[in-house]
Amino acid sequence: MADGSTMVVGAAPATSPAPRQGSSMKQLARRRSMAALVLCAPLILLIVCLKIYPTFYAVFLSMLDRRMNNFVGFDNFAFMLSRPSFQLVIFQSVLFAVTAVILKAFLGFVLAHLMHNIRGRHERVWRGLLLVPWVIPLSLSTLTWWWLFDPSYSAFNWTLGMMGFDEIPFLGTVWNARFSVIAVNVWFGAPFFMIMYLAALKSVPEQLYEAASIDGATAVQRLFFITIPMMRNIILITVLYSLIVTFADFDIVRILTNGGPQDGTHLFATYAFVVGIQSGNIPRGATVSLFMFPILAALAFFVLRDVMKRNKEMA
Amino acid sequence: MANVSIRKVVKAYEGDVQAVKGIDLEIIDHEFVVLVGPSGCGKSTTLRMIAGLEEITAGEIWIGGDVVNDVPPRDRDIAMVFQNYALYPHMSVFDNMAFGLKLRKFPKEEIKRRVDEAATMLDIQMLLDRKPKALSGGQRQRVAMGRAVVRNPKVFLFDEPLSNLDAKLRVQMRTEIKKLHQLVPTTTVYVTHDQIEAMTLADRVVVMNHGVIEQVGAPQELYHHPATRFVAGFIGSPAMNFLPCQVIDDGGLKVQLADGTKMAIPAARVDRYGPYKGKKMTLGIRPEHMTETHDSEKPGVQIMNAKVDVVEPMGMETLVHHFVDGVAACSRIDPNVQTGPGEILPLAIDMNNMHLIEDATNRVV
Amino acid sequence: MSASATAGNLPRPKSKVGSMEQQRRMALWGSYIALTIFVIIFLVPPFYMIVTSLKTSAEISAQAGNPWIVKNPTFDNYWELMTNAAFQRYFINSVWVTAVTVTLSMTIAILAAFSLSRMGFKGSQVLSTGVFLTYLVPPSLLFIPLFQILGWLGLINSTWALVLLFPTLAVPFCTWIMIGYFSSIPKELDEAALIDGASYPQILVQIFIPVAMPGIIAATIFAFTVAWGAFLYPLAYLYSADQATLTVGIVRELIKGDVFAWGMIMAACAMAAAPPIIIYTFLMDYYIAGLTAGATKG
Repeated sequence: MADGSTMVVGAAPATSPAPRQGSSMKQLARRRSMAALVLCAPLILLIVCLKIYPTFYAVFLSMLDRRMNNFVGFDNFAFMLSRPSFQLVIFQSVLFAVTAVILKAFLGFVLAHLMHNIRGRHERVWRGLLLVPWVIPLSLSTLTWWWLFDPSYSAFNWTLGMMGFDEIPFLGTVWNARFSVIAVNVWFGAPFFMIMYLAALKSVPEQLYEAASIDGATAVQRLFFITIPMMRNIILITVLYSLIVTFADFDIVRILTNGGPQDGTHLFATYAFVVGIQSGNIPRGATVSLFMFPILAALAFFVLRDVMKRNKEMA
Repeated sequence: MANVSIRKVVKAYEGDVQAVKGIDLEIIDHEFVVLVGPSGCGKSTTLRMIAGLEEITAGEIWIGGDVVNDVPPRDRDIAMVFQNYALYPHMSVFDNMAFGLKLRKFPKEEIKRRVDEAATMLDIQMLLDRKPKALSGGQRQRVAMGRAVVRNPKVFLFDEPLSNLDAKLRVQMRTEIKKLHQLVPTTTVYVTHDQIEAMTLADRVVVMNHGVIEQVGAPQELYHHPATRFVAGFIGSPAMNFLPCQVIDDGGLKVQLADGTKMAIPAARVDRYGPYKGKKMTLGIRPEHMTETHDSEKPGVQIMNAKVDVVEPMGMETLVHHFVDGVAACSRIDPNVQTGPGEILPLAIDMNNMHLIEDATNRVV
Repeated sequence: MSASATAGNLPRPKSKVGSMEQQRRMALWGSYIALTIFVIIFLVPPFYMIVTSLKTSAEISAQAGNPWIVKNPTFDNYWELMTNAAFQRYFINSVWVTAVTVTLSMTIAILAAFSLSRMGFKGSQVLSTGVFLTYLVPPSLLFIPLFQILGWLGLINSTWALVLLFPTLAVPFCTWIMIGYFSSIPKELDEAALIDGASYPQILVQIFIPVAMPGIIAATIFAFTVAWGAFLYPLAYLYSADQATLTVGIVRELIKGDVFAWGMIMAACAMAAAPPIIIYTFLMDYYIAGLTAGATKG
């Protein structure tokens, strides 16, 4: 050493307190892990008992016969697939989910842009008003829509009549009913998309738009080259999440049409309810519900992949 | 022809707050002009008005012979380097640089040629496939400059591009920007709050304060002949010392400091300062002109005693902070001179480089 | 890049648009008009809900003239409902189920979030992601097997079933929100508290909960919304009117094919929708924070 003192490098100390320190540290860590697990226990218990176990139980149930005595394997699934009314359910569920989500995302995107344009002036007021559909409990607002669509008393039809158009049987024909159901879902869900997209829009730095302006981009070009790519992640996640939730929707169809007319608007959830609870055929009901599972799992996989990617990026 | 003309330009915000209070500036083709000043002086606002990112409240801005007040940024044929680089995060370096050319429908081969040429010039050819988040600050800044260079615009605009870099990198990038201008002599308007950048880069420096232009001139001109107290104190680091004094006639024109020290005014300046006899003024003298005493001094050098407060050894020189009758001042002395807090240090004041400031108008007379 | 700068540039058309200020103003006014149209569309159902609720049965059935306005407004529908024992029952059921659900959910969520975000143990990341995933399992998948399970527990047709099940709707997402908020509290805060001598429970109660209060409020509001508006589970598991919650009560009991009771039905809807709306009016920012927390915090 520079000042003349010496130091022995690498020599082991005469006594070794290290192991004892190590074990007490490990004890502390183990105690902390225990405590942490204990805190998580209610959550884990809840999820396992009331979400994971029932899922597996549903699979088991779907393989029983009506009296739930005998094991019939995949008979229920085969039976369901052969029924035209169930084939309609598959078609209708996919049509409903895909159409509604595309419309919701588009509408939400447009609204978010409009909100972003007015930039802070009374933004809270506008935002507050536009979010109302999301705040009212869905079953109650659906009731109101039913009243608005009522075959004899519809206020919409009165307005149409005043303007010289014919009345529309909103829930009377199969396709009308389908579009009415989609319309209610879009009305309910667009605010969510608007809020998410507005937050994403705000997170795009203004300077990027300025740089693009100077580079020569028009407003439309800025939208396609800057805004949408920057929002790609949030668009993906909201669409996936909404597909899952819309696919499994129950309230709207149940209240508006209860699956009618002629089973044309049934979704998996409502059909499972009719078959399982109302008609009392639990295994068949479970079968219907489980048909959702592959699609939900695939969507959830994509959501998971995106979330993991984001976690890795942030870490 | 790519000159920039700023005529009586005013920028006012709601509530009659004027960020820029009517400025005039003529920038000639190929010139490198630096707008410098403290925060809030209006330099960035002026730059953004040239770019078209801010509305011009009154006055006109001309670029290359056309009035551009109502022309959107995309049609002004300018390029800008931002403080935060503003690189498109989802595009590769190549795409970032090619973006402007793609928008203008340049053919692919031409785009590739230009991007490669600019990348080579800026030494970033190996980064063309990377995304901005994989680059360091200095590399990002170079990509931002590359994006501007490929466009071959009439004017380059720089908005405090080096502020986000660490000190060492800043010095390095300063040199690169100067080299770039030698290779590509496009008219450049550069905004910074750092007067060292201004002095080293500019053909002409524009010092701004509170929305007005204090002085325009070549760096050396501003350094040796500042027109106002603000410019005198802003240019040069450490800053010029300002000592209250009075012009007296005591067997020759002299300035008398508050503590009684009298220093003779050099013969060359006597006519200039004569009219101020008897007036209270401020003496401005730069730290490099307040040095340690020698065995013999040049003509014009006067001696003064200072009470040392803090000594900062910088290696190349030593900065001594001292008090001249209560007024803090700073001197740059030879590093071999030993002194310490509390000591009395005699200083040689080179009066050939003195400045006299009229307190009422803050003009340097 | 030679000095003859303009040589390689393609010619550019002169700008066609007017002044930029004018453009901006037009875009602003266009946005206002479009937004107004959307607000009107979005508020049509709630507006009509209230309008109908103020009408008498006679006025509704008469169908004379504009249904969008009330000719003889009356609060009778509201009075009738408020004095109706069945409706009171529904309201009370909803209130106490929601209250218990929210309390339970938030307790579980906060404890779990604290553990997962701070007391990082092996697999905590997996568990957090797993928690979020289970949120994606919808009630419409689980309600059939749960019917059987509730049958074993003897909870069919009892509001206790809801108290048991509703937390599953709220807890995963509430935990997710809380993990996000807790994670954003700088670790230095814990360390300073530890040096000051605090134990982990004290850190949770005296530091985390106050600092993360916005997140707690947002999560609580979310749990409240989910519990108050739940429809499928109560519909599937509650049969008698005295066990029903508001949503099921109104839809199932009040609709007896009697058209003229729509005034009362709408009044019931309005009153049932009131609590979420009131909370929303006063705590809108927290409401929205709860929504966006999930996606933006990963």
